[in-house]
Amino acid sequence: MNRRTFLLSSAGGALAIGCALGPTGGKTWRHFRHTGEFQPNAWIRILADNTILFTLDRTEMGQGTTTSHAALVCEELEVDPRTIRILHAEANRSYDNPDKELRIQITGGSTSTAASWQPLREAGAVAREMLKRGAAELWSVPVGELIARDARIEHAKSQRSATYGQLIRQAAIQEVPKVRLKEPKEFRWIGKSLDRLDGRAKVDGSGTYGIDVRLPGMVTAVIVRPPVRGAKLAKLDDRATRARRGVHDVVHIEEGVAVIAEGYWEARTGADLLKIEWDDGHGGSRDSAALFASFEKLSSSRGRKTVRDDGDAYRSTSSKAIEAVYKLPYLAHATMEPQNATAVIYGSGNAARCEVWAPTQTPGVALWRVAEAIGFDQKQVAIHQTMIGGGFGRRLLVDYAIEAARLAVHTGKPVQVIWSREDDQQTDWYRPMVVARMRGSVAAGNIDGWLHRIVCQSIVADEGPDFIGALMPSRTPRAVRRVFANGPARMFARGTLVDSTSTEGALELPYAIPNLRVEYTPVETGIPVGFWRSVGHSHNAFVTECFFDELAAAAGKDPFELRRALLGKHRRHLGVLELAAKQAGWGTPLPPGVGRGIALHESFHSYCAIVIEASVSGNRVTVRRAVVALDCGRVVNPGLVAAQAESAVIFGLSAALKQQVTFRKGRVQETNFHNYRSLRMFECPVIETYLVPSEETPTGVGEPGVPPVAPALCNAIFAATGKRIRTLPVEAALEAMT
Amino acid sequence: MTKLVVNGKHVTVSADSDTPLLWVLRDKLGLTGTKFGCGIAQCGACTVHVDGQSKRSCVLPIGELDGKQVTTIEGLATPKQLHAVQQAWLAENVPQCGYCQAGQIMTTVALLAANASPTDEDIDSALSANLCRCGTYPRIRRAVHRAAAAIKERG
Repeated sequence: MNRRTFLLSSAGGALAIGCALGPTGGKTWRHFRHTGEFQPNAWIRILADNTILFTLDRTEMGQGTTTSHAALVCEELEVDPRTIRILHAEANRSYDNPDKELRIQITGGSTSTAASWQPLREAGAVAREMLKRGAAELWSVPVGELIARDARIEHAKSQRSATYGQLIRQAAIQEVPKVRLKEPKEFRWIGKSLDRLDGRAKVDGSGTYGIDVRLPGMVTAVIVRPPVRGAKLAKLDDRATRARRGVHDVVHIEEGVAVIAEGYWEARTGADLLKIEWDDGHGGSRDSAALFASFEKLSSSRGRKTVRDDGDAYRSTSSKAIEAVYKLPYLAHATMEPQNATAVIYGSGNAARCEVWAPTQTPGVALWRVAEAIGFDQKQVAIHQTMIGGGFGRRLLVDYAIEAARLAVHTGKPVQVIWSREDDQQTDWYRPMVVARMRGSVAAGNIDGWLHRIVCQSIVADEGPDFIGALMPSRTPRAVRRVFANGPARMFARGTLVDSTSTEGALELPYAIPNLRVEYTPVETGIPVGFWRSVGHSHNAFVTECFFDELAAAAGKDPFELRRALLGKHRRHLGVLELAAKQAGWGTPLPPGVGRGIALHESFHSYCAIVIEASVSGNRVTVRRAVVALDCGRVVNPGLVAAQAESAVIFGLSAALKQQVTFRKGRVQETNFHNYRSLRMFECPVIETYLVPSEETPTGVGEPGVPPVAPALCNAIFAATGKRIRTLPVEAALEAMT
Repeated sequence: MTKLVVNGKHVTVSADSDTPLLWVLRDKLGLTGTKFGCGIAQCGACTVHVDGQSKRSCVLPIGELDGKQVTTIEGLATPKQLHAVQQAWLAENVPQCGYCQAGQIMTTVALLAANASPTDEDIDSALSANLCRCGTYPRIRRAVHRAAAAIKERG
């Protein structure tokens, strides 16, 4: 008796067989028995009333994962993505990022579409096939005659049809089948500009961001953190604060002095009444000008590590070398939604549970860091993901979640921690400050030598422990996890291990230059650094693509033509370079005073070239047009990709033109949006995006547009004015020149 | 005690008179659609209408609002349909993270009430005080034009 006839002959038996089948099939059936839901995998749940739930396991930061991931699943599930319900995943190892370099529950590195491209389509296909097989058994028809479409299975011959919801019992007993994925020509949703599925909640005020979480009896906390990183509390007088109406408590925690009150205004004005003296320690002498001077001095001697060495760059640049020093400042992330989190403790002792709602890019990190901070087991902690008002890398950190959890333990009430904009600027993990010393030589109209020295802090030294700790199994003893998490970080800080986020983009320079050397010297400053949209590429591309232009000028070559000549067989680099130049009308006349600049960079396995047109008047730069050419492999949603290209240009221009975080006596000088400025609408250029048609596997989208922006801009400024900008931000550099 | 009308509903608020409207809306009235961004009227995420004028609620003391009509993002749509500006926002796929969009939309509604056919320059001058870190400006411009056209067509 084969399995199918057995099922037909005995429904009761089928249940038993279903449970006995392979581990996943059995689990699916057990889940159905307990919940009445068909849940073939971690992402899809189908209910009897045909409600289809999709659990989104990457953070929606605006980049569009909600819409693109839903399209991936629905393409194979044969459901209209606009009809499903989408939930945010909680912290759970089932939702680890499949990217082989990440393997924790994290949204970063422009991996969301690339890493989920295969597993999410397979998840949809598995569910669809199980539903089809269930229908085939129920109707005693060959599965090959069934068609899945719009959440129904249909059998044309017998004119039978059922919704997915009607078939979930039969589907849940099926073995997990091997599936064939659609050919691209069969795609219904992939490759189309499906409108954003999260749009409605973002225009009617109904969306719940982290800061909008409301729990019964919730109190609000603001924390006065040390004005200098590493400073210690010396003296605290909180009498006036405690006397303020609405203030419940003042608590000194590791992160600072917390004022807990009935609402934000009561807490904030209460905090303003605190009299605090800090012992600044070493940090009180940190000063940006001095830091730049020390970085520059370090760049004068050979780098601690040589990360690439082709030919003999020292010999080729020994005479008639062109030398330049580039300087880039620390940058803040400045997400529109300030950092915040909400936490509550239920129960006590071994039965205690901590629930945290956090707008985070890393639920996987939040889980272990919160558990460690409050002395709970990981299984006693739940991390709920919320909508998130901008990430840009800032929300890879989970400091806000830890603060909320600590205060929930302390107060015994639900607590929401809200950072002010000033807090956010002062206590960020900044894009590293960088000094790069370049030496190059040209011979016979070509670039002959290239020596690139990078002086930069290691990001992994600061943020690595969070990620390493999250990789380890949940039952790892706390002390062991700490030792393993912290160990490699020290080696990155000292340069025993090379932090690739310091050298990425410089290391892989694609141009055919016979003598090419890249050196790296890590430094430590005590100022925490972190991942900032496009990470090392954000500074290295500025340096390499501007210096390339300097050498092209020295060789008497057109910067576009010289790039093209030196790209050899780099087909995809050439593709975007030529597309951007063509669409921008490279070489055609421009109005007087306007210059055109080009830059090209590969990052996150995607290729991007940008042409910018700009003019300068005094120290004011007008950017009138930006043409973006992007090759990110197969495009899942062209509309969302274009939006990310626009986003990258505006984000990149804000940083290049205006932004820097500077320190005086250890204190951040740029405190709010009036002095940490971003592009405003009247400064926004016309942005055109062109995508290279491709059948390659999808690659990064959110970040690759950022790196070419600053060099294209500065190359345009050179073309317009003859001025080389080697220090960012541009507006400050122009002011210093005049 | 301050009495005001929020989205057509009479409310009485008990808060210190210096409490900004933003925190009254968010913490006392449960209207979280209006967002906190900077607290110093630099970003516009907290934009609401007071007697039809667009205002930065983060610096507007509740004590000055006795008897005023306040409209927030939650009060823009009717139960049946979204406001033309919200519809235009969806049609142009404007939002990315979406956090600033309530403010952008409120500013736009006030702009179109005062100027039914804004030029690009008019739009820039009305909306340049609303910051967006995701970079949705080009789409906002298009959406404002689309909304203006839709409102005119409807008459």
